[in-house]
Amino acid sequence: MKPRAIGKRRPYVRPMAGWWRRNPFFVEYMIHEGTAFFVAAYALVLLVGVVRLAQGEAAWNGWLQALHSPVAIAFHLLVLVAMVYHSWTWFNIMPRTLPPIFVAGKRLSATAITSGGLAATAFASAVLLLVVWRLST
Amino acid sequence: MELQARRQNRKESRPAMSEIEKTIPIEVLRYRPEQDTEPVLQTFQVPFTDDMSVLQGLQYIKDYLDGSLSFRWSCRMAICGSCGMMVNGKPSLSCKTFLRDYYPGGLRIEALAHFPIERDLVIVMDDFIEKLESIKPYIIPKTPRALSEGEYLQTPEERDVYEQFSSCINCMLCYAACPQYGLNSKFVGPGIMALLHRYNMDSRDGGTEQRMELVHSEDGVFNCTAVGYCSEVCPKHVDPANAVNINKTESAKDYFLRFVAPKGAAK
Repeated sequence: MKPRAIGKRRPYVRPMAGWWRRNPFFVEYMIHEGTAFFVAAYALVLLVGVVRLAQGEAAWNGWLQALHSPVAIAFHLLVLVAMVYHSWTWFNIMPRTLPPIFVAGKRLSATAITSGGLAATAFASAVLLLVVWRLST
Repeated sequence: MELQARRQNRKESRPAMSEIEKTIPIEVLRYRPEQDTEPVLQTFQVPFTDDMSVLQGLQYIKDYLDGSLSFRWSCRMAICGSCGMMVNGKPSLSCKTFLRDYYPGGLRIEALAHFPIERDLVIVMDDFIEKLESIKPYIIPKTPRALSEGEYLQTPEERDVYEQFSSCINCMLCYAACPQYGLNSKFVGPGIMALLHRYNMDSRDGGTEQRMELVHSEDGVFNCTAVGYCSEVCPKHVDPANAVNINKTESAKDYFLRFVAPKGAAK
């Protein structure tokens, strides 16, 4: 945009460098967007598992063994925390991204959408955990 | 006579500024293009009472401390949208923000972020006004209608769909809250998208097709990364982030549906 220059006008454009550090809201935004890297990292770990599975039993067992190392466990704990935070913030922003949902003539509140999403995540995680638990014992 | 007595009464109930003991430091970002190469902070000690808004604090500065301080204001009651500024880094209407909440630490006031500064707290809003005009912010009737046919009718349910988005007062706080607009001022931005959505959702309107060209365009909704701060700072609960994100879905639908039903190009 070009401000129309007349006479002594000299509009000052402020720099944007470091914009995200200026406001706690933006810092939190960068952190919750940043958790996406952990989600991607975990997807990569799973992908490596699939590749190792395709390479045969020895490779697969090697991958399983690697997952038992303290570093791998620490990494998984870190990813778990990041994922939980990721889901939390994702469902918090969700009401802002959806068109209005009407239930029995009333608009569904933001709290209802957020808690619905969180409940669905908790339920899906519990079911998955149960299935994997059953399969592995 | 009675009027005079009432006036006298009012004078006594309001303390004169010199009698007020509390003062608060207000830092103001000054920019006087004829003497400053870049904005500089200037601190004023402002006496205040608990009912004084930040705007009133600025008015005190202008009246008693430095008459050259420039800022925009009009209604003093959060409806004209003129007095938006950054108060301690947060986009706020200065008439609706109170000095007492910053006592005793003080506060820093700057011109609305992401807009060029014209002078002191006055920003250049040409870009916003041009965008406002570009979205045809008025009802474009589906079919021309003669005056004799009477008014357009709308049910309360039909009104509810857009009412929230019609509360916008063009204060531009959402633009000062949007880093994507700050990084790329070509982006249509939150407030204008909310207004565009308001007309598109109006049952009396038939202009959606014309307005959607802008939504789909390079400068349209996909510049938004769902930071959400625009809705957070909106003094009228418009929720511009919602308007922008609903239109992302609309735009994506349009993108895929054009393979089924081709039509004109986007802007």
